[in-house]
Amino acid sequence: MTKELLAVLLTAILTQNFILCRFLGICPFLGVSKKFDTAIGMSVAVILVMVLATAVCYPINQYVLVPKDLEYLQTIVFILVIASLVQLVEIILRKYLKSLYNALGIYLPLITTNCAVLGVVLLNIGNNYNFITSIVNSLGGGVGFMIAMIMFSGVRERLETSDIPRFLRGLPITLIAAALTSCSFLGFSGIVDNIFR
Amino acid sequence: MGPILTPIVIVGALGLVLGLVLAIAARVFAVKVNEKAEKIRECLPGANCGGCGYSGCDGYAAALADGRTDKTGLCSPGGHEVAQKVADVLGVEAGYARQMTAVVLCQGNSHNVKTKINYVGASSCKMATQLFGGPKNCTYGCLGFGDCVKACPYEAIFICGGIARIDPGKCKACRKCMSVCPRGLIELYPVNEKHTIVFCKNGDKGSDTRKACLQGCLACTRCVRICKNDAITITDNHAHIDSEKCTGCGACIPECPAGAINHLHL
Repeated sequence: MTKELLAVLLTAILTQNFILCRFLGICPFLGVSKKFDTAIGMSVAVILVMVLATAVCYPINQYVLVPKDLEYLQTIVFILVIASLVQLVEIILRKYLKSLYNALGIYLPLITTNCAVLGVVLLNIGNNYNFITSIVNSLGGGVGFMIAMIMFSGVRERLETSDIPRFLRGLPITLIAAALTSCSFLGFSGIVDNIFR
Repeated sequence: MGPILTPIVIVGALGLVLGLVLAIAARVFAVKVNEKAEKIRECLPGANCGGCGYSGCDGYAAALADGRTDKTGLCSPGGHEVAQKVADVLGVEAGYARQMTAVVLCQGNSHNVKTKINYVGASSCKMATQLFGGPKNCTYGCLGFGDCVKACPYEAIFICGGIARIDPGKCKACRKCMSVCPRGLIELYPVNEKHTIVFCKNGDKGSDTRKACLQGCLACTRCVRICKNDAITITDNHAHIDSEKCTGCGACIPECPAGAINHLHL
């Protein structure tokens, strides 16, 4: 069981990294990765929301949608749940963790429409994971998101001071760098299967 | 129930429950917001520059509303106008907004300072200074690659003759340039007061300074002796004028053999 969970966790972090392998959650990856600090803030918020969203969406799917044969409503119901959940987290954070609330700022509401969060919930159901495996997969997805963000913020901070040809400055070089970072994660393919063989 | 009614009821009920939870949460976890702080915050420009000494406009507004400070004139980008508005909200007399401007303390232009290496790397002061202390002979002066120009949100800084210059008319004293200058050459001075400034921060001995720059401060102490107000001191091999003590008489300007002292050019 533990071995299986570890395999799921490592798969979500490395071989099936949400940003670099599945290409989900690209908007924050390009929008918020300019500085290390904001990248960390956004990643922490994503991890929190991913785990919470899975914890809430899984029972709703299992005990409300499946018995009534309403699986086709998954997308709309999950978006509704995730949006409300983010709002709730925001309200509670503002009350009890004002400094974290200020640090997360605009990123927390932005996650409402983050496809990585919806993606992880739908993938958990698509893969027929049970509750605990789903939570572990979401945690892995969030941590993988964080690793990609931190790596890429380092790349972008380096790009700031580099001598880049004029026609590549700004978004073009960022996209090229993103592609190369993504290629680097190809190196992990197959690693998890071989570790847990 | 029919195949249409069931999903409608379920999604509707879910929406209703979530809405109720949010409404209750908003009531239970309501945060008391200081109305005064909100009003003051609306008066402030919102540049979050930190020029007032607080963590952005929100911090300053909260400090004013809580009575932690009574200085309404700390916002230099806003100037008198904002000071007046803030004072109106608080119901006090407007404080005097001391308008400041950033000044680059260097006169090492391409005439005064020769270059020692032909630097062709990245056009950035931060990068250039790491290579043998920069391409210029003086290792304390302005490098002129314009890191401060890029940092300035008000387009007040320009490069002239290989060194940065700041337009006091456009400068809002937000301190953004001060934090990016790798040499720490930029300092704030009050705009409307006539006092003199030493335009040099060279820390070498006088003879070495002389070799590096035609207008560098030699730390010869002639200005210290001529000053009637004891406003000038020598620290780190260059003169420094205390803007609190300086009356702006200008006696030190012709006394300086290197021409390192001058009024603020407006």
